[in-house]
Amino acid sequence: METFIAIYIFILAAFTGYEVISKVPVILHTPMMSGSNFIHGIVLVGAMIALGFAETGLEKTIGFIGVFLAAGNALGGYVATERMLEMFKSSKKDAE
Amino acid sequence: MLSSEIIIQACYLIAAIVFILGLKRMSSPTTARLGIVWAGGGMLLATAATFFTPGMGNIELIIIAIVVGGGLAWITAKKVAMTDMPQMIALYNGMGGGAAAAIAAVEMFKVHDLEISVEILAIIGGIIGAISFSGSIIAFGKLQGIIKGSFRFKGQNVVNLLMMLLLILISITILMDFELMRNPVVAVFIIALIFGIAMTLPIGGADMPVVISLYNALTGLAVGFEGYVLQNYAMIIAGTVVGAAGTLLTQLMAKAMNRSLGNVLFSGFGDQSISAEGGTENQGEMKPIESSDASIMMAFAQKVIIIPGYGMAVAQAQQKVWEFSQLLIERGVDVKFAIHPVAGRMPGHMNVLLAEAGVPYDLIYDADEINQEFKNCDVALVIGANDVVNPVARTDPSSPIYGMPILDADYSANIIVVKRGQGAGFSGIQNSLFFLDNTRMLYGDGQEVAASLVQTIKEL
Repeated sequence: METFIAIYIFILAAFTGYEVISKVPVILHTPMMSGSNFIHGIVLVGAMIALGFAETGLEKTIGFIGVFLAAGNALGGYVATERMLEMFKSSKKDAE
Repeated sequence: MLSSEIIIQACYLIAAIVFILGLKRMSSPTTARLGIVWAGGGMLLATAATFFTPGMGNIELIIIAIVVGGGLAWITAKKVAMTDMPQMIALYNGMGGGAAAAIAAVEMFKVHDLEISVEILAIIGGIIGAISFSGSIIAFGKLQGIIKGSFRFKGQNVVNLLMMLLLILISITILMDFELMRNPVVAVFIIALIFGIAMTLPIGGADMPVVISLYNALTGLAVGFEGYVLQNYAMIIAGTVVGAAGTLLTQLMAKAMNRSLGNVLFSGFGDQSISAEGGTENQGEMKPIESSDASIMMAFAQKVIIIPGYGMAVAQAQQKVWEFSQLLIERGVDVKFAIHPVAGRMPGHMNVLLAEAGVPYDLIYDADEINQEFKNCDVALVIGANDVVNPVARTDPSSPIYGMPILDADYSANIIVVKRGQGAGFSGIQNSLFFLDNTRMLYGDGQEVAASLVQTIKEL
């Protein structure tokens, strides 16, 4: 990968993240943190690749732990966020 | 490029776009729910596509790890009570950091030629991930009540600084001669793990929201760096977006407490104040009130502002509190909820709980929006909040919380404080609000107190 292309991606992604969260009401800070916590669960893809190409026993063991942890991040993060946001939906209905 | 590779890359691209759109949707209450569903779809697509990466082995191992790790997380996330959500987020976040560190470890143990830029980012991402992993687990332990108190000794900051220097030094040696250095790699991870623990242990519970948010940003950053190592654009974009968003959120929270991030991390807030303030230096005594009297006082008030805090969350009192508020509103009382930015254990923690109980948004106000209204307020009802209403933050420059913006509950005509006992708050600082002439203490469990308030008002 061209180093400069990667730097461009880093910078643009950083601005995107900054923009997306700068207009969030305080009400949504916790669900938002939980949601962004879920999104870095994409580390699962990397952990799968690391384990998928692991050869020695040591690499496989660490890779396995990696996939295990990453799957926890992704699924736990999803369910936690979903449960929180579900309440917002129901409260909205009650209010109306 | 093989055609299958093009399809996989396209899947990653779609996932990255959907993540950003999902995050955007999550920033507004009406679209928030769809946002997480979108992001979930993106994750599913990216994960499924990865299985078809050419040359992938160990498929059974991968599936077992996903089923066990994901299954455990799924079950715990479904079962856990809403009040315990902050520590669960800390835990899942730590797992992500650990996964990033594991990727770094695997890549560094492998014998292959890496560009110097890849090596540098692999090691930095690994260190950050490991710190986030052990730090988040300590944060989890503290909020869960497994680890109690703050651990602190003289020169702790110096020790931490030395560890940091050691990490940098070993990292540089590894980078100088990457192929020959295997043992130092192990040392780097061990030191990083210890560093995460040492950095988090002295931080008091009141500052945990900031710390969790910081680790969330750090994990994002680590994921982004490891994405560069694996040349995976979806990881780079998603990780960096979270890193930037998390950093901003952390700053917003630290600002709400009127403290710099450095101050939060290195000042040992909770512990100092306990030793400094010690016993009950405040003059006067706390004046108790019966719940029936409190209820009648509010029933005949014109304006009541309710200030919930962590105590309400612990007592699971939000439903009863809302029931009581509804009865007041029926009687024509102007009821508002005032939420301090750092009330509870995470920003917006109280908002989530009140939403769960069914409190509509338009009754909930930020500190800035409502602080002028306390002057015209008949009763300020403080339920399980403590440090965020402590007037000492305005008046006493020697106090550790001096300068922190607070809710000006002390300006209202009457103050009723619902509290379990006479102890100090989570930060260990005595609250001078409790000793004011127009303050009455209503002792008891939040839920029971709210239930008896409801009872009295129904009998009127």
